Amino acid sequence: MQYIDEFRDREKIISLVNRIRFESRKPMRIMEVCGGHTMAIHRFGIPSLLPGHIQLISGPGCPVCVTDRRFIDHAIAFSRQPDVIITTYGDLIKVPGSSSSLEREKAARADIRIVYSILDALTIAKKNRRKKIVFLGIGFETTAPGTAAGIIKAQMAGLFNFYVLSAHKVMPPAMSAIIQQGVPINGYLGPGHVSTITGSAMYEFIPDKYNMGVVISGFEPLDILQSIYMLVRQHEANQPKVEIQYSRVVRPEGNSQALELMNEVFELRDDWWRGLGVLPQSGLAIQQKYADFDAEKQFNIEIEPTREDKACICGDVLKGIASPADCRLFGKACTPTDPVGACMVSNEGACAAFFRYRKTAAE
Amino acid sequence: MTKEQKIMLGHGSGGKLSHELISSLFLRHFQHPALTAMTDSAVLNLPEAQLAFTTDSYVVDPLFFPGGNIGRIAVAGTVNDLAVSGAKPMFISAAFIIEEGFPIATLEQIVTEMANEARHAGVSIVTGDTKVVGTGKCDKVFINTAGLGFFHVEFPPFPGQESVKPGDVILISGTIGDHGMAVLSARNELPVQSGLESDCACLNELILEVRKASSRIKFMRDATRGGLGTILAELCEKSKFGIEIQHETIPVRESVRGMCELLGFDPLYVANEGKVVIVAESSDAQRILLALQNHPLGKDAAIIGKVVEQHPGFCWLKTEYGSSRIVDMLAGEQLPRIC
Repeated sequence: MQYIDEFRDREKIISLVNRIRFESRKPMRIMEVCGGHTMAIHRFGIPSLLPGHIQLISGPGCPVCVTDRRFIDHAIAFSRQPDVIITTYGDLIKVPGSSSSLEREKAARADIRIVYSILDALTIAKKNRRKKIVFLGIGFETTAPGTAAGIIKAQMAGLFNFYVLSAHKVMPPAMSAIIQQGVPINGYLGPGHVSTITGSAMYEFIPDKYNMGVVISGFEPLDILQSIYMLVRQHEANQPKVEIQYSRVVRPEGNSQALELMNEVFELRDDWWRGLGVLPQSGLAIQQKYADFDAEKQFNIEIEPTREDKACICGDVLKGIASPADCRLFGKACTPTDPVGACMVSNEGACAAFFRYRKTAAE
Repeated sequence: MTKEQKIMLGHGSGGKLSHELISSLFLRHFQHPALTAMTDSAVLNLPEAQLAFTTDSYVVDPLFFPGGNIGRIAVAGTVNDLAVSGAKPMFISAAFIIEEGFPIATLEQIVTEMANEARHAGVSIVTGDTKVVGTGKCDKVFINTAGLGFFHVEFPPFPGQESVKPGDVILISGTIGDHGMAVLSARNELPVQSGLESDCACLNELILEVRKASSRIKFMRDATRGGLGTILAELCEKSKFGIEIQHETIPVRESVRGMCELLGFDPLYVANEGKVVIVAESSDAQRILLALQNHPLGKDAAIIGKVVEQHPGFCWLKTEYGSSRIVDMLAGEQLPRIC
């Protein structure tokens, strides 16, 4: 397949692995902060190619995983309202709330529909004018412009039965918090999709302030290995900087149109991240001028008190200071079929990836 | 019956309408003396033999998709369940749960497809049932089929999972993921024109050819829901052996790969309706492969891996560039990713 097979070329991969093995001397912990990277790393078996002293750890890159349980409770409460249709990306459907999940509510006849894009949700709103359509807006800078465009389209089309519940977040505050909270890492595998929108400049504070490198990576085996190689070279030479490996997609200035859309609709607010706590100016709230479409403002309903499972260590897993295997619940009380923590739910979650691809210490 | 006729609750009442539907539709298409006798059970004359018996229910949305439809799957799925156990499929039952208002013309299309598929596979539909439920109580039509097969003296049941040993080879009869992706693209939820067709087919003839070629087959299973990956994970779960498969040897169509890449799916976990996984002694690997490839339904067959002593209980996938990872069972459904 064109544009894919080139990046899985056997000879190139082997030669790159050899270069990493040859040039890397110092132990290294590299954190990926994009769920797509977590999945790709496991799917292609990247860890099995690296020397033992290079460790890959998963950070808070899965939007589903870092989202507050209260958000799910909120969505569930909406789904129980008469004449409400919930539209959501597939990943959210299994995430446990305090006492239920969207999947369970769906089985109990709530109208919950999986969509591939916010445009599908708008079509549903157009076809069901008498119902209220709530779109669950989740994700980082990657999906936020899409949600913004959806809201603007809804306004232009006069779809006032369309609402967004926003849990959108931005990535840099989390990358900063990881370092400040003392998680031992030596470099970031920069998020490919997020950076397509934002560009690379927003990471400059990481080498400047924390003396740590960031390489923005693509998602194929060669991309990831080349990015690791670039980080190894930076680390060996002690010259941390921001580099773009994924240059066929990411521009230093980002996608200005998408950024404009985001700024038009959203504003920054303090937001709660699983494992990291409240991070200043890290969440995206819908601005007052688009309040008609803000589910938080338009629905006045009671939400059950939030309950978390105390044994769940998703927080530490997200920070990269615990491995999924360290969790008492992992693989026993918490499995992809019956998840306790969000990290086990999402395809991109560290626990789900770990469970699926490396279930035991058989490696 | 005219074209515009719809299924009404009365068609499931057991009264006159039911009889009309049965005689003018089901009996007409599924002709067999045991069925037309209209007794409570079919009385069957079987050779004295070991029997295989199976049942499965079919719910597909949409009912018709490129390469197949619910009727064909309902016959082929049950035929395949019998065939992979080593039996010769002979008799099939067909039970319909139909939603009120369902067009009888569409029902007839489905029934015709079932009759054709059964004829093609050499099995007879000999008993059945019809129930009609109110609007919204089921999605258009659900079909349950049960199947009865027998074992020829020359072809006893396969030795099964317990006989599998390190050194055995693993084969697949063709490309994986065709059915799942064809159905998904037919659902109109995706703006994708894949040109993909389901692989829905009866495999009993293919399996017979393979059996003629080799007596050293140990285990067979049709890789349906859950895909090839789930079958392999199940096969070694709780076993004293492990499985190692080689990524580049697994046949996947480019269009299936492309759609999987787009949606973040793994073809290993996408459904098939006409593919069989075979475990056999390595000495017969080439004979089996040749027998598969000589049949139209097995032309893309491949040897994809082997049974190993290492990592008992787990299936590992090796890539062409030397990395490896575990192949686990699919938990729930594959869902499209956010980013």
